[in-house]
Amino acid sequence: MNDMRIVERKVDANEVKISARTCQVYYGDTHAIKDVDVDIQDKTVTAFIGPSGCGKSTFLRCLNRMNDTIDICRVEGDIHLDGEDIYDPKVDPVQLRAKVGMVFQKPNPFPKSIYDNIAYGPRIHGLAKTKADLDEIVEKSLRRGAIWDEVKDRLHAPGTGLSGGQQQRLCIARAIATEPEVLLMDEPCSALDPIATAQVEELIDELRARYSVVIVTHSMQQAARVSQKTAFFHLGNLVEFGETGQIFTNPQDPRTESYITGRIG
Amino acid sequence: MTDATANPVQPDGRKHGSLLQQDARIKRRNASEARFKFYGILAVATGLFFLVALLWAIISNGTGAFSQTYLTVQVELLESKLDKKGNRDIADIKKVSTFGYTPLIQDALLKEVQDRGIETEFAKKKDMKALISASAAAQVRDHVIANPDLIGQTVEFRVLASSRVDGYLKDRVSRESVARDKNISPAHLDLTDALVEAGVIKKIFNLDFILGSDASDTRPEAAGMGVSMLGSLFMMLVVLGLSLPIGVAASIYLEEFAPQNRWTDLIEVNISNLAAVPSIVFGILGLAVFIQFAHLPQSAPLVGGLVLTLMTLPTIIIATRASLKAVPPSIRDAALGVGASKMQSVFHHVLPLAAPGILTGTIIGLAQALGETAPLLLIGMVGFIASNYPEGVLDGFVAPNSAMPAQIYEWAKRADPAFYERAWGGIIILLVFLITMNIIAIILRRRFERRW
Repeated sequence: MNDMRIVERKVDANEVKISARTCQVYYGDTHAIKDVDVDIQDKTVTAFIGPSGCGKSTFLRCLNRMNDTIDICRVEGDIHLDGEDIYDPKVDPVQLRAKVGMVFQKPNPFPKSIYDNIAYGPRIHGLAKTKADLDEIVEKSLRRGAIWDEVKDRLHAPGTGLSGGQQQRLCIARAIATEPEVLLMDEPCSALDPIATAQVEELIDELRARYSVVIVTHSMQQAARVSQKTAFFHLGNLVEFGETGQIFTNPQDPRTESYITGRIG
Repeated sequence: MTDATANPVQPDGRKHGSLLQQDARIKRRNASEARFKFYGILAVATGLFFLVALLWAIISNGTGAFSQTYLTVQVELLESKLDKKGNRDIADIKKVSTFGYTPLIQDALLKEVQDRGIETEFAKKKDMKALISASAAAQVRDHVIANPDLIGQTVEFRVLASSRVDGYLKDRVSRESVARDKNISPAHLDLTDALVEAGVIKKIFNLDFILGSDASDTRPEAAGMGVSMLGSLFMMLVVLGLSLPIGVAASIYLEEFAPQNRWTDLIEVNISNLAAVPSIVFGILGLAVFIQFAHLPQSAPLVGGLVLTLMTLPTIIIATRASLKAVPPSIRDAALGVGASKMQSVFHHVLPLAAPGILTGTIIGLAQALGETAPLLLIGMVGFIASNYPEGVLDGFVAPNSAMPAQIYEWAKRADPAFYERAWGGIIILLVFLITMNIIAIILRRRFERRW
């Protein structure tokens, strides 16, 4: 871990976007997430790290209620977005997901054109009144997704025909087309090569200016490169949460230290 | 097996022998692999052999039904016989039955024989009966009723030859076989030969077999598939109209929305079981529920369609669920991730991707229903039922009719070998339909298939 670059950046804002308190997740009888308390700040990249099966992806999926689609999954405790309980019975998960966008591990563009991939979200949420509005949203999203220059000449080509890295940036552009406030990323670079990974990481850093980004990653170098806050999960517990620099240079918990030095995981 | 035994150490102390020499174990393994391949080829070849034999049998037996022997005769439509009052009143003309026309046709044929100077022992018009189909008189009568002005004139008609003459031209009837036949004598066959040479008797393409209706036991030469084809068509409309929406809706609900619990498990198991229920069980269910309880008309394509819908539903549901399952979950996640509702994700993304599979399943289900006979026997869609085309669309659904496979079954069990040929011909038509449907399924699948 000697090559680890630790980015020392000033955290821009300290406003809490999402706060979880005593969050528990059960899959049937398995207690997958135990008593997690975490505050995710606005305009910050927060990284979740930890060994496989530690619950970091499960917790991420709680933040936009994607776990609702799994029948046996049960979530307890409080998760608040801007002070509102997202598990309140009055909350419609569809509305929540428009606010909390998600990018998945494997690039999953719809088998439609690049244009339709981006336009789908705005269309179903009624964000564009005219074709011109929609065109503008598509262009803006693709520019923010740092893929506009590569696809502007072939907007009507299928999105599935792009390379893996391009597909993932397309998915990021699709996620930000609905103007979310939080962007959840579940190992967005694990299926990409180093060059595409670098592009996506650069993009994540740019996105920080507008959104609160939560990223799950297996790569500690990546967490160190892109995040300002890091949370270390182990066996369903949130072991340590703090400034990225502090977690990697001066971990408080022996388990964190063991993990980042490669002794467990 | 023997693979587990360790390699023996070679005499010179090396662990493995030369690569250029196969050891006994490798030889055995290769031999068993070669044997297995041979069994596979043998199995495929056997299957192909039976397929070819079947096709050959169908085509060689069935092509005869697509040609038919006709007589061309100049019939003198005598006013004294057909319109005694001479006032061309259609009601009076209709009073003359086919018995009034039969002698005229026989007379015309006898005249043809005598005019051409064909030597024969037959001098009476009664003797011509053996050559002319019993339905010829009805054909002439229908034509006269449609055109009463023709009475008094001599009109050329092309009428059906009797099935014995037809069989003689198709090598089904020989002089030996007619020796004890009271319908026709060897001398008639000599006359037939002469008339063929004179061009009076001709074998031509049999459009009536494809478009016509079934005929009674004594007139195999007039029997056709057309009306039962319509019966099948109306049944398929019922099956498609009911089983596709019901099947797809049920599958989408079970696959995408239903919670996983004991009830849905029970439903799933039962759908799979229903697919294996013998079709005759559905037939008796249809008889009990639709005819005896609901008092729907007997022998109607509507009822047949309902029964076949019950039979096809499990097939469509299973195929649809399989193709919904085959859509990668990442597409659902992607749709939900941008804030689509469950229904939007299903209808905008999952269903279009599953469409080729659903269409294929539906068409295969329909093809299965098209070829189904047993349930139709129980609801009375069989036998010499429909001799007329349905009058309009509604009539097509509720008027008694048969269906293609039931018609074939009916012909196959009749005594006259001329019907046997009809049955094979019917199978050719049925197979053409099935192959067409399968080709449509393949084309649709190719067209709608999308890769991701």
